Amino acid sequence: MSEIKVVNLRKQFGDFVAVEDSSFTVQDGEFLALLGPSGCGKTTTLRMIAGLELPTSGKIYLDGEDVTFNRASARDIAFVFQLFALYPHMNVRRNIGFPLLSQGVPKAEIRARVEETAKLLRIDHILDRSVSGLAGGDRQRVALGRAIIRRPKCFLMDEPLGTLDAEFREVMVHELRELHNRIHATTVYVTHDQHEAMAMADKIAVMNHGVIEQFGTPQEIYNRPASMYVADFIGSPPMNFMRFHSGLKRGTRSIFLDGVEVAVPEVGEDVAPGEMALGVRPEHIRLSDRSPIRGAVYGSEYLGTNQVVAVETAAGIVKARVSADRSFRLGETVGLEFNATKLAVFDCASGRAIASSLYAEARHG
Amino acid sequence: MSSVNTTAHSVVEPTPTVKRIAGTIVILYALVTMIPLAWIFLTSIKSPPDSISYPPKVVFTPTLEGFCNLFTTRTRQTPDYIQSLPAPTSTCDEITRSRNMVIAGPSNYWPRFGNSLVIAFGSTFLAVSLGTFAAYGFSRFRVPLADDLLFFILSTRMMPPIAVAIPIYLMYRQFGLSDTALGMILLYTAVNVSLAVWLLKGFIDEIPREYEEAAMIDGYTRLQAFWKVVLPQATTGIAATAIFCLIFAWNEYAFAVLLTSGSAQTAPPFIPTIIGEGGQDWPAVAAGTTIFLVPILVFTIILRKQLLRGITFGAVRK
Repeated sequence: MSEIKVVNLRKQFGDFVAVEDSSFTVQDGEFLALLGPSGCGKTTTLRMIAGLELPTSGKIYLDGEDVTFNRASARDIAFVFQLFALYPHMNVRRNIGFPLLSQGVPKAEIRARVEETAKLLRIDHILDRSVSGLAGGDRQRVALGRAIIRRPKCFLMDEPLGTLDAEFREVMVHELRELHNRIHATTVYVTHDQHEAMAMADKIAVMNHGVIEQFGTPQEIYNRPASMYVADFIGSPPMNFMRFHSGLKRGTRSIFLDGVEVAVPEVGEDVAPGEMALGVRPEHIRLSDRSPIRGAVYGSEYLGTNQVVAVETAAGIVKARVSADRSFRLGETVGLEFNATKLAVFDCASGRAIASSLYAEARHG
Repeated sequence: MSSVNTTAHSVVEPTPTVKRIAGTIVILYALVTMIPLAWIFLTSIKSPPDSISYPPKVVFTPTLEGFCNLFTTRTRQTPDYIQSLPAPTSTCDEITRSRNMVIAGPSNYWPRFGNSLVIAFGSTFLAVSLGTFAAYGFSRFRVPLADDLLFFILSTRMMPPIAVAIPIYLMYRQFGLSDTALGMILLYTAVNVSLAVWLLKGFIDEIPREYEEAAMIDGYTRLQAFWKVVLPQATTGIAATAIFCLIFAWNEYAFAVLLTSGSAQTAPPFIPTIIGEGGQDWPAVAAGTTIFLVPILVFTIILRKQLLRGITFGAVRK
């Protein structure tokens, strides 16, 4: 097992910059999810770590060794492809054993290790079947088997659950995390699905247009988004943005939203006047008739354990996650109260989060 | 890659009547196309007079005379001389003597047939191998001017090859390639390789790159990945391409007449030169043609599954 270190990695295809100066470190045994929409450069980053794509500039280290220009076969990594890439002309047993064959492992040992791996993944009953007749989940397990049999330095997975149906994905998310807990392999997992990333990863790198917008634990990314992009990409429904025009002074503890004073975590920097946005997670909103921030109910979405109410305020539509007990009439006026310690303020022009005591917490642990 | 079969609503399962009509048409067509083959085979076992009788005989006494004449050269002798010989040692001996001739030696048929085998299979092997590598290169790597190169390769098929017969004839004489098996193999390879590149590129494009990438990550070099993963999946395309190339090289007549006359002559120009007494020896010609058909028939039967899948490639594969 090992540590993956990526330094100033950049990839350009013609005029298109797929990955821009990415740097991050995946610790030994850590599960990193590269999260972002399609075309954000997450798969390209993964393919460069694998050696399937050469970077335009930058360095890749595996366990401290510079492997930037090493061949894929010389890196001792395993890759799980989105479409699994199981060799159709081989049965399950030969597919799983194929990586060992390249290392000249004796036949008997290959056989034993294939069976051991198959047991681990609970596919020992289908070893002699052809891969073309397998169901999605079994194909997935065979692909995993082929990846783990070699005990590689690390696993790279490119949206391995992308083609499974929703119900089965959840099962596989648990299986993958369980597998990771058992074998503690350093893993980089590419996905566009925030739920997969949140559920499995130790660390998440949120990517957008080839840039890593934020790198951190799922909790950091959710609670202290570094940019409006991250705040908007993570969470369902995503963070609400309420726009206001103002400048900020270091030490300020409130802002004015349409003339109403709203308490915020202590601002940690001076900001020149400009378009700003107050970021509020739906679950950090309470309905309160005494609150001066008012709006009309626009719609509600019942989710069983709670409900999401959309309220039209002067600063735009705000979604609040509230108790499922209460029922709303459309157009009903309600007051909104925010949890002052959890609010974030963003600079709309750059999308950057303004430093505040909320973020200071992060730095101190 | 889901295995769920979806059928559009407009696709209707054919009724039994439709199937029967379609089956009848196919069988009739097959019979019509087989008439010439049957005719050739029947002629090969007729006696020379039967072979040219009009109306053609359907009922006749079969004889091996055609095959005997194909495989031997004979000289005419006086009945007295034939009487003085020891008893005939083979059926052919007997048939020949009944025509007042004796066998002088073997004919050139088998050596010519051997030339055909060497040249056709040799050029097919070369064209398909080169075609597979070229197609793989065009399919997987960023080749500079790839489109222009592919068009150029295709353009070599745009004129009838015989249009360049004279330059090739002169060139071959200059390089000493005239009447050599190597010369014919190179020529047929050159003609077939463009077809092979284009056909195989289509097949290889259909094989997802992920297979090779997976193999390369699993510790194999690109060449090993090509060998162990790409080739086994391209067998359908390779078989189909090989049959097309082989049929061309096997049947080619014009260049063979022009460029081979002696030791490297192939069967097609040789067969029409079989002359019997008083004109064409039709049973011998038919016998030569019948045997000539066998290799292609066998090759096609062996590869028929791949060929069928290859021809209907786009239709059956997702």
